[in-house]
Amino acid sequence: MYGGGNVFEPMKVKELIDEDPVLLKEFEARIDRGEKIEPTDWMPELYRKQLIRMIEQHAHSEIIGALPEGTWITRAPGFKRKMALMAKVQDEVGHAQLLYSAAETLGKPREKMIDDLINGKSKYSNIFNYPAFTWADSCFISWLVDAGAIVNQLANAKGSYGPYVRALDRICKEESFHLKYGHDCVATLAAGSKQQREWMQDAINRWWAPMMMFFGPSDKISVHSEVLIKWKVKMASNDAMREQYLDMYVPKILELGFTIPDPNLRRNEEEGKWEITEPDWDEFKRVINGDGPCNKERLAVRRVAEERGRWVREAINRKSENYIVPLA
Amino acid sequence: MENQAAKELLYKMADDALIIGHRNSEWTGIGPMLEEDISFSSMAQDKIGHSWALFKILNKLGENEPDIVAFTRNAEQFHNCQMVEFPIGEYNFSLVRHFFFDLAEYHRYEMLEDSSLGDLAQLARKIKGEIKYHVLHAKTWMKNLGNSTEEAVSRLQGSLNELYPMALGMFEPSPFEDQIVSDGIFGGESELMSKWRSSVMEIIDQTQLELNIDGDWNPLYGGRSGVHTEHLQPLLDEMSEVVRTDPAAEW
Ligand SMILES: [Fe+2]
Ligand SMILES: [Fe+2]
Ligand SMILES: [Fe+2]
Repeated sequence: MYGGGNVFEPMKVKELIDEDPVLLKEFEARIDRGEKIEPTDWMPELYRKQLIRMIEQHAHSEIIGALPEGTWITRAPGFKRKMALMAKVQDEVGHAQLLYSAAETLGKPREKMIDDLINGKSKYSNIFNYPAFTWADSCFISWLVDAGAIVNQLANAKGSYGPYVRALDRICKEESFHLKYGHDCVATLAAGSKQQREWMQDAINRWWAPMMMFFGPSDKISVHSEVLIKWKVKMASNDAMREQYLDMYVPKILELGFTIPDPNLRRNEEEGKWEITEPDWDEFKRVINGDGPCNKERLAVRRVAEERGRWVREAINRKSENYIVPLA
Repeated sequence: MENQAAKELLYKMADDALIIGHRNSEWTGIGPMLEEDISFSSMAQDKIGHSWALFKILNKLGENEPDIVAFTRNAEQFHNCQMVEFPIGEYNFSLVRHFFFDLAEYHRYEMLEDSSLGDLAQLARKIKGEIKYHVLHAKTWMKNLGNSTEEAVSRLQGSLNELYPMALGMFEPSPFEDQIVSDGIFGGESELMSKWRSSVMEIIDQTQLELNIDGDWNPLYGGRSGVHTEHLQPLLDEMSEVVRTDPAAEW
């Protein structure tokens, strides 16, 4: 995961009008030419702040995303699944590590980012605030949540910030394995017993609404920033990503014999787009602001892990690390 | 008869690897730092893989399918040493356990490289290469933390004292000990233990930690004959939660 559903709230930074006009013009010209911006290059404050927030949210989503699936590692049915799920969740933690490093190149240390996660200042993907009750839920996440993440990450991988783009290139390669694994898990349940098919259908029923919110509020109501698009920070609109997801995955889900719990779901061929029941954006706001089914639990797990591990981090003292580390 | 001796050895090795792999996988997402999360997860995957490979050999010797054997037995039917079944505890506990366990694993597989049991010898050669990295990880962290802050040193010291008698349980002699040695299947637990003790001390001596291996320790035996702590059955219940709903199904 999962940069999905980033909320581009307005933030307090230096007004663009106060930036050096010559440097700003040069910066924008470089982005227009498709050049990548590197850590030591000049950049407007708004660009730096937005990218930190976005990459940080993405990193948090990876590490928090490891929790609902992680609880199924110890219960995975059989050697093959157990090993694959372990490898998959390990990748997600690795993604967090890569992304924190990418965000650090913009000047915010990892410890500070993790503090902000724990104290609730910084957000992560909303979908991980929902519980994974059954094995089928973990299969849904591996296939269909990761699928959403890939749509989002492939878009962001065309962005303008070098370290983020390079991290995403690596991440996308691994995500494609996750997708294969997840699809195989779901397809196995689809071909299994009546009970197995029911479990999978129930999981789809539980996760569909959160999944529709995954890409964030509809363009009609979300705060838009022309400049973030111009600077290639935000690469695709929330609705465009949702459309792409529906195009790719609705047929695949139906093909396996499952149904989708939205009576209004249909492809409007004249307009060339999907019609869906409008997601409950009040719920979305409520959950992202801390009041979802699992927010407290997820952050508590993270907080306890940080506290219990503090003596280890102090003992090996990595403070001397230079935060301008170019990614391989 | 030769078969039974070999099976006893394979079962305890397979069960050790399965249970410690399972335990160490519990660090996923909650390690003291992301890098350690990843290391424990990657070593846990190797362990589960080793266990799987050993159960496949057992399967060739006439035992049931690996998934059935691993996921449907009760605690009394498990032959792992008790040390591996304890909860992960604090990081110091898990690290010292990993240090004790992997140093023994390394020597065990090294000794098995020329086992008369062909499949096992072949597997040992492959696995030894992986365990080398587990050992390197354990030694590096023991040396780093064992020479760092007062808190780290005292935590590790506490875990060394707590875990040493448990670790001795790894070498609980088998009823087939003589046979297994004379048949050339394995050099035996006591030879393994003496190699392990010198490797352990070689590292401890490079730290501020202390371990009196000649002290009056009481080894925690029982695991090899199916006697376990109260921690194993709940672990197995969790591990088999999904499989048990339909053991014959594909998952
Ligand atoms: Fe993911
Ligand atoms: Fe990921
Ligand atoms: Fe993934």
